[in-house]
Amino acid sequence: MFDNLSDKLDKALHVLKGHGQITEINVAETLKEVRRALLDADVNFKTAKEFTNRVKEKALGQNVLTTLQPGQLMVKIVKDELTSLMGGDAAGIDLSGNPSVILMSGLQGSGKTTFSGKLAGFLKNKKTKKPLLVACDVYRPAAIDQLHVVGEQLEVDVYSDRENNNPVAIAKAAIAHAKTNGHNVVIVDTAGRLAVDEQMMTEIANIHKAIKPNETLFVVDSMTGQDAVNTAKAFNDVLNFDGVILTKLDGDTRGGAALSIKSVVNKPIKFIGTGEKMDAMDVFYPSRMADRILGM
Amino acid sequence: AGKSKVDDDVLDNLEEVLVSSDVGVNTTLKIIERIEERVLRDKYLGTDELNQLLREEIAGLLSETNVGEEVDFSIPNQKKPYVIMVVGVNGVGKTTTIGKLAYQFKKQGKKVVLGAADTFRAAAIDQLQVWADRVEVPIVKQNMGSDPASVAYDTLKSAVAQNADVVIIDTAGRLHNKINLMNELTKVKRVMQKVVDSAPHEVLLVLDGSTGQNAFEQAKQFTKATEVTSLAVTKLDGTAKGGVVIGISDQFKIPVKYIGVGEGIEDLQVFNKYEFVDSFFK
Ligand SMILES: Nc1nc2c(ncn2[C@@H]2O[C@H](COP(=O)(O)OP(=O)(O)OP(=O)(O)O)[C@@H](O)[C@H]2O)c(=O)[nH]1
Ligand SMILES: Nc1nc2c(ncn2[C@@H]2O[C@H](COP(=O)(O)OP(=O)(O)OP(=O)(O)O)[C@@H](O)[C@H]2O)c(=O)[nH]1
Ligand SMILES: [K+]
Ligand SMILES: [Mg+2]
Ligand SMILES: [Mg+2]
Repeated sequence: MFDNLSDKLDKALHVLKGHGQITEINVAETLKEVRRALLDADVNFKTAKEFTNRVKEKALGQNVLTTLQPGQLMVKIVKDELTSLMGGDAAGIDLSGNPSVILMSGLQGSGKTTFSGKLAGFLKNKKTKKPLLVACDVYRPAAIDQLHVVGEQLEVDVYSDRENNNPVAIAKAAIAHAKTNGHNVVIVDTAGRLAVDEQMMTEIANIHKAIKPNETLFVVDSMTGQDAVNTAKAFNDVLNFDGVILTKLDGDTRGGAALSIKSVVNKPIKFIGTGEKMDAMDVFYPSRMADRILGM
Repeated sequence: AGKSKVDDDVLDNLEEVLVSSDVGVNTTLKIIERIEERVLRDKYLGTDELNQLLREEIAGLLSETNVGEEVDFSIPNQKKPYVIMVVGVNGVGKTTTIGKLAYQFKKQGKKVVLGAADTFRAAAIDQLQVWADRVEVPIVKQNMGSDPASVAYDTLKSAVAQNADVVIIDTAGRLHNKINLMNELTKVKRVMQKVVDSAPHEVLLVLDGSTGQNAFEQAKQFTKATEVTSLAVTKLDGTAKGGVVIGISDQFKIPVKYIGVGEGIEDLQVFNKYEFVDSFFK
């Protein structure tokens, strides 16, 4: 729809230019288009508002209105601002622990189990680590089987205990198991949970406390809409997570949630998921994401 | 006497409520325009009346497609077996919704058969098996990696042989922009017609209630591949509102039938548009 945001902005500014004096009001008009593009991309309502206010200041500072193609310059300002907001500290994964413990968290169906597998495969094949996958989802039907299938595909060991329904105990036992078996990375898969589910949020807080992970990752579906900020904030309040994983970007979602989450919790987006296969992951490129959000 | 137009603050607030509920800018503007028209016509409007008006307008957008105004989990009697194929993108809640639906139909004394046509996702078959065991209904399955169309075919054969009332076919999650996977779905559908020529009687598209505007494209592409006949919106037990279905239902004329409100077997409800709209303001 906004493949040509640049044209749209050009037009908006051009019409106004015809009136001679170009004022702050004219910029406001074009910012409406920007805001609309962001909302269509699922950027959170408040985030979009704050963002356009920042862009407005930049635009007024950079004489947008006197250049030949003001729309293009506006798009550049918007894009640069988006990119810098979503970027920041280059984000690796802390592998310094022995073993290094990585805790996965997120809503139901966001892609935690799949990404646990992908990360294990990545660490095994690219970083010559010896990972252990841990099945701490004791609720979802066949969740343990799912992780075992993934482990078999990757030839990575999986720790599970079907007799035990206490995820804290399972996680602790898994770390002990890792130590005696020479695993230097432990990836703890957990059940999906809603931020409003107090009991389940307490559970993951307890897992977190018990295993003191080197990395806590928040896994989020890139198709998520306005609720992304609520969820990210609630999980961050409880876990103070280290980074975000954005999944299912092989779809055609514009993925505005990436911007919303970054602005509300200010944690780096570390990896993206780009498919159902175990090698379908990539590092996060803020500039590509900015293009995507703007539909360019 | 009184105001002849709603003031801007009220409309701004309304816009925020709707957009924040994932209604989307287009549909939000459409709703606000309608309200402005009504206000011009009816003159006076207090906040209470405005809320009532809003409920009516949104319900209006949903109503053309909810002719039946279903109040319970019913299926037409004339078709036997009544075949439901469940589709949607990855992780939205298809398999879980099937388990819950099977439970509801079984409770009404219907004979239900499940078909495990997700042969791709790790342990998808085991997951449906767990649900079949919980509900105590038979399941038809093959090995992981087998042809989903063949599983669907077997399921219908078996259902006919058992004189079943309802068949529910699970399919693998797939993103709607993957042409091959969408074609596969068309094929699964076509193969079923070799057994029951009017099947599937219902194609249920499951949408995750936390999904934003991308749900539009999902509805469009799944409809193109399988002629979706009804929608289920899941995970509405969280803080997400699922407002995008208003525009979808309006544009594609597909009724919302069910909502998912939890992971438990009882956590499926028949969609109620007034409760749905009211949830935006909570
Ligand atoms: N296309 C695509 N599908 C993905 C991606 N990541 C995960 N999936 C799919 O999304 C669905 C859900 O993934 P899971 O890994 O089971 O999600 P989860 O967060 O563990 O789910 P719960 O344990 O139920 O909370 C599955 O069908 C996965 O194959 C991705 O990057 N792209
Ligand atoms: N809170 C909540 N969770 C739900 C609801 N419906 C499904 N879930 C959860 O969402 C996750 C994914 O559900 P599935 O039924 O596996 O989804 P699916 O669409 O079959 O997933 P794929 O087959 O991988 O594409 C599971 O953890 C479910 O328990 C719901 O209404 N509310
Ligand atoms: K999801
Ligand atoms: Mg999982
Ligand atoms: Mg499934």
